[in-house]
Amino acid sequence: MKTIVPFGPQHPVLPEPIHLNLEVENEIVTGAIPAIGYVHRGLEKLCEIRDFNQMIQVCERVCGICSAIHAQCYCQCIEEMMGVEVPDRARYLRTIWGELHRMHSHLLWLGLFADSFGFESLFMQCWKIREKVMDIMEATTGNRVVISVNIVGGVRRNLDPEQIRWVLSELKFVEEGVKSVEAALLEDYTVKRRLKGKGVLTKEDALLLGAAGPTLRGSNVAQDMRQLGYAAYGEIGFEPVVEPDGDSYSRNKVRFRETLQSIELVRRAIDKLPEGDISVKVKGRPEGEVYHRVEQPRGECVYYLRGNGSKNLERLRIRTPTFANIPPLLTMLPGSELADVPVLILSIDPCVSCTER
Amino acid sequence: MQFIKNFIAKSRAKSPWIMHFDCGSCNGCDIEVLACLTPMYDVERFGVVNVGNPKHADVLLVTGTVNPRNQKVLRNLYDQMPDPKGVIAIGSCGLSGGIFRDCYNVVGGVDKVIPVDVYVPGCPAKPEAIIDGVVKALGKFESLRRAG
Repeated sequence: MKTIVPFGPQHPVLPEPIHLNLEVENEIVTGAIPAIGYVHRGLEKLCEIRDFNQMIQVCERVCGICSAIHAQCYCQCIEEMMGVEVPDRARYLRTIWGELHRMHSHLLWLGLFADSFGFESLFMQCWKIREKVMDIMEATTGNRVVISVNIVGGVRRNLDPEQIRWVLSELKFVEEGVKSVEAALLEDYTVKRRLKGKGVLTKEDALLLGAAGPTLRGSNVAQDMRQLGYAAYGEIGFEPVVEPDGDSYSRNKVRFRETLQSIELVRRAIDKLPEGDISVKVKGRPEGEVYHRVEQPRGECVYYLRGNGSKNLERLRIRTPTFANIPPLLTMLPGSELADVPVLILSIDPCVSCTER
Repeated sequence: MQFIKNFIAKSRAKSPWIMHFDCGSCNGCDIEVLACLTPMYDVERFGVVNVGNPKHADVLLVTGTVNPRNQKVLRNLYDQMPDPKGVIAIGSCGLSGGIFRDCYNVVGGVDKVIPVDVYVPGCPAKPEAIIDGVVKALGKFESLRRAG
């Protein structure tokens, strides 16, 4: 007998509203119909009211979790349109704050994921480590979440040598913390039983359905937009993290390893941090079209901008990674047990506020 | 009977159960609400417990702007909560619509749909501010208890 179980929009495991109608037959999910639109604000249209500098603040609020990377992508687009050469130091500083955002996003996710299979003490532990990253952001930029450092032509704030020493010493604590949860997150018997072989996404399916980010790399595809070498990634050396199995455990492992990789990337960027200005003065107005991609914690994020030489942009189009990851999620769900549904939904790291904008 | 009523009224003011609903925010305030519950700020030491069921909750924390689709959900959650209840609107968006005020799909702040007791400003609001907001909302329960 077929039963329809509604999942969401308000659900304890989901921090954000998304609705799924799950068709269930004897505890086995046979189909899933998503319904979105609870968070839609229509902020792309704001580009007709706000000028191109004010739009940075709006783009930061596409998603609060990866705000620095959204603003970075938008600024890179405008700079490409206007032919602005960003100082080297600004490129490195953008990389550092971008990677700090990735770290906090992944730690947040590892915690929520642990919560989704009922491991609450691990959730608390991950969030405790994450607070160190938030402290670094608050001390270097003045804000915990939406850090507002990117401007067209560079960054707003600088790091002095004393701050750099402090950041490096704090990162040591973060690294120790992350390594201390490794045994619980990856080796624990119960956790493995809940994750291994659950929600398998094959390499062919992942490519066919256009998965992005850790969901794609968990299925053995080495594709990461940081390989394009934007900001300072081309100079500090970057290798994507890949896991072969394509199940929830693989995706978990990819994000865990990426957290450690981000710490390493911040260290390398600080190591090579060039001297000089942090921003250049920008004159003129954006004109023409540009298409730009960056890697967010959740995957590839694409910005398309069209300007007509006035202070307002004509069109702003944002494609975010969770939108790309919903079709793979819908192929993972059929055949899974109802109790695994929260784990599978969280395994793609859904960010509904990005998806619906 | 009066004894039981007094006991419940006192417990409600001493140990409020909160429920969080994201009503179209950018996640910035949501993760700060969650940060309140985790070891750094740990509101559980004050007896604040996060619950997922509106029927168990005393205080509703709402973040973000209201749009025509989620206002029904918000109204529904509010109606399901038992009286007396407190509502806290968090962040600039929850107060007035904030940066998204001019968007086409935004109705406005939370108070356009349900009555709000405490407003917590900030974009995003800091965990300290959110905890302060919860404590202010408890004042309402306390005064209700005094009134009897």
